[in-house]
Amino acid sequence: MALKTEEMVLNMGPQHPSTHGVLRLELELDGELVVDVKPHIGYLHRCFEKHAESMTYPQVIPYVDRLDYLASMYNSFGYAVTVEKFLGIEVPERVQYIRVIIGELQRIASHLVALGTYGVDIGAFTPFLYCFRDREKILTLFEMTCGARLLYNYMWIGGLSHDLHPDFVPKAKEFVKEFRPTIKELNNLLSYNKIFVERTANVGILPLDTAINYGITGPMLRASGLKFDLRRNDPYSIYDRFDFDIPVGQGLMGTVGDSWDRYYVRILEMEESLKIIEQALEQLPEGDINSAIPKRIKPAAGSIYGRVENPKGELGFFIISDGSTSPFRVKVRAPSFVNLSVLGKLCRGHLVADVITILGSIDIVLGEIDR
Amino acid sequence: MYDLLNSIFGNEYLAAIITAALPLLIFILPFALFAVLAERKVSAFMQDRVGPNRVGPQGILQTVADILKLIQKEDIVAADTDKKLFNLAPVLVFVGSYAAFAAIPFSSAYIGSNIDLGIFYILAISSLAVAGILMAGWASNNKYSLLGAMRSVAQIISYEIPTALVILTVVIVTDSLNLGVISEFQTAYFWNWNILGGNLPLLPKLLLIPFMIVGFVIIYVSTLAEVNRTPFDIPEAESELVAGYHTEYTGMKFAMFFLAEYANMFAVSAIVTALFFGGYQSPFGYLGNLIGLEILIPFEQLFWFTAKGLFFVFVQMWLRWTLPRLRVDQLMTVCWKYLIPYAFVNLIIVALIILL
Repeated sequence: MALKTEEMVLNMGPQHPSTHGVLRLELELDGELVVDVKPHIGYLHRCFEKHAESMTYPQVIPYVDRLDYLASMYNSFGYAVTVEKFLGIEVPERVQYIRVIIGELQRIASHLVALGTYGVDIGAFTPFLYCFRDREKILTLFEMTCGARLLYNYMWIGGLSHDLHPDFVPKAKEFVKEFRPTIKELNNLLSYNKIFVERTANVGILPLDTAINYGITGPMLRASGLKFDLRRNDPYSIYDRFDFDIPVGQGLMGTVGDSWDRYYVRILEMEESLKIIEQALEQLPEGDINSAIPKRIKPAAGSIYGRVENPKGELGFFIISDGSTSPFRVKVRAPSFVNLSVLGKLCRGHLVADVITILGSIDIVLGEIDR
Repeated sequence: MYDLLNSIFGNEYLAAIITAALPLLIFILPFALFAVLAERKVSAFMQDRVGPNRVGPQGILQTVADILKLIQKEDIVAADTDKKLFNLAPVLVFVGSYAAFAAIPFSSAYIGSNIDLGIFYILAISSLAVAGILMAGWASNNKYSLLGAMRSVAQIISYEIPTALVILTVVIVTDSLNLGVISEFQTAYFWNWNILGGNLPLLPKLLLIPFMIVGFVIIYVSTLAEVNRTPFDIPEAESELVAGYHTEYTGMKFAMFFLAEYANMFAVSAIVTALFFGGYQSPFGYLGNLIGLEILIPFEQLFWFTAKGLFFVFVQMWLRWTLPRLRVDQLMTVCWKYLIPYAFVNLIIVALIILL
């Protein structure tokens, strides 16, 4: 006669060291095996979309910064690009280049947080501090540019809040030079570590068809093997001018689309971002950055959807205008939110420890999920 | 030491108790304070940080400040805990790890309790901690604590098997369970250490060397697991189980778990030293012999023992800040599929060599 057993419900979060913020997971466990995972979100809800309805278009930008607070620059980049498309503004060349440079630096910074905290999730604490040490250099560059280190309010509609500091270009070049070897160091310390590979390879495999069905984007989708990057597939700003590769998961250590691939795609993407930064720094033209900033922003009634490749995936803004100075509706397609939706499917049948591994490899930011 | 105290007090029980308790007071408690600080400084060094540097010169009083803070903390006992077990558990864990020191020879003149079953006693008494951990996990009435405790018990009990098998290997070579005798066996110079085949005739010694090295690796890995250090710190995996079995503990009870962990680190390092690296024996001969001051020798031995022990503690810290953590099933795989068979084969081969 089999013993009657009962599943244990384990509540993980919202106060838990590795739910990356205030995410709450309801785990149904059979011993240490995960039967089901239900994410509960909303602990960081700040009514962004409702706020936006009572703001003028430029006033929304500081709120946009607070969505994915690890990639603030890119959020406002996306919003600015969308509103500019709505208004039909042509942005000066210099602004375009600065946006790309800053945006790619932000992508590296965001990936560094993702990789570092992933190390902590697996139990390796030291790579985390190495990653933050390098991120610090990027934040110093941002501080030099606009005075802020986390929430910048830098990319305005039609322009930028400040021009680059005279020292920025040499400092950024120095950073690019210094950063290449540290990627190698991180690879040796963590990526190819036997224990790390054992923990992440073949864990949480996301097949390509599932990824597409769930609308997964960003590094997660690319890790599953699809070469899809909005910078290449739907170019915005001036991304069509640069030469860079789109890394995809190859299943080097296990199966295509496992946690290790998701981790490694981010490492490769940092190298590609460095390439873009190098090219943009070389080509950076002189010019005025404020000439295209409109005095009054009042788009004609209608709607628009603009999307950019945020470090975490496709960040989309759907804006409806009723012809007044404030948007009628701003809907955000948050990549973390969409990517998180597949968590339950990935975790089923794994161990408790793997839930952390998988969650870390999705790279979520709760500010963006809850908005 | 025992004889000396016996002659002073004229009471052999009192003398025995004091002898056995002395390492705890003069050595292990300060060591735990030192080790916590060392861990933080070593990790800071490895991570490109400064580390604690505010309390006292260069932050050397940091742990003292931490302990004082923990003593002042309110002792929270959650409502649905099993109070008796909850209060008893840290004591048991603490006792289990500290009592092990009684049989460890710090120098030829000083061993807390020179019993013939030394290493056997250490294995037995350190297993007491398992009961404490399980009690802590169960009594906390917290799912994380329970999961942590279950993992911990499974882990410690599993890894005791390869440890014991390797200890048996050494026992076969040295012909004794007494750690003092084992240390004496490896006397004089470093080529007589057990890791290099011990103080045996040349042929068996040369044959033994590879197997002793394998034995050392196995016991080092399994002792890491027994004291819950990375990459085997699964019971307290903070990214999964918050703090494992001591999640619900606060104040001094938490400090007891904490200090026990650090005492354990030194205990296993000391055992590895005594078994494989000559115990308190100096690798190069003694200064005392050279200048004719024989009274110096025990102090030199104490120095060498501490130095070797601290070296292995340093390696533990080094590993902790370098490696990620294994998963619980991989941990069991390492133990049952690799360490135990290897340790067993190793034991048989060593036994055959000694028979020859």
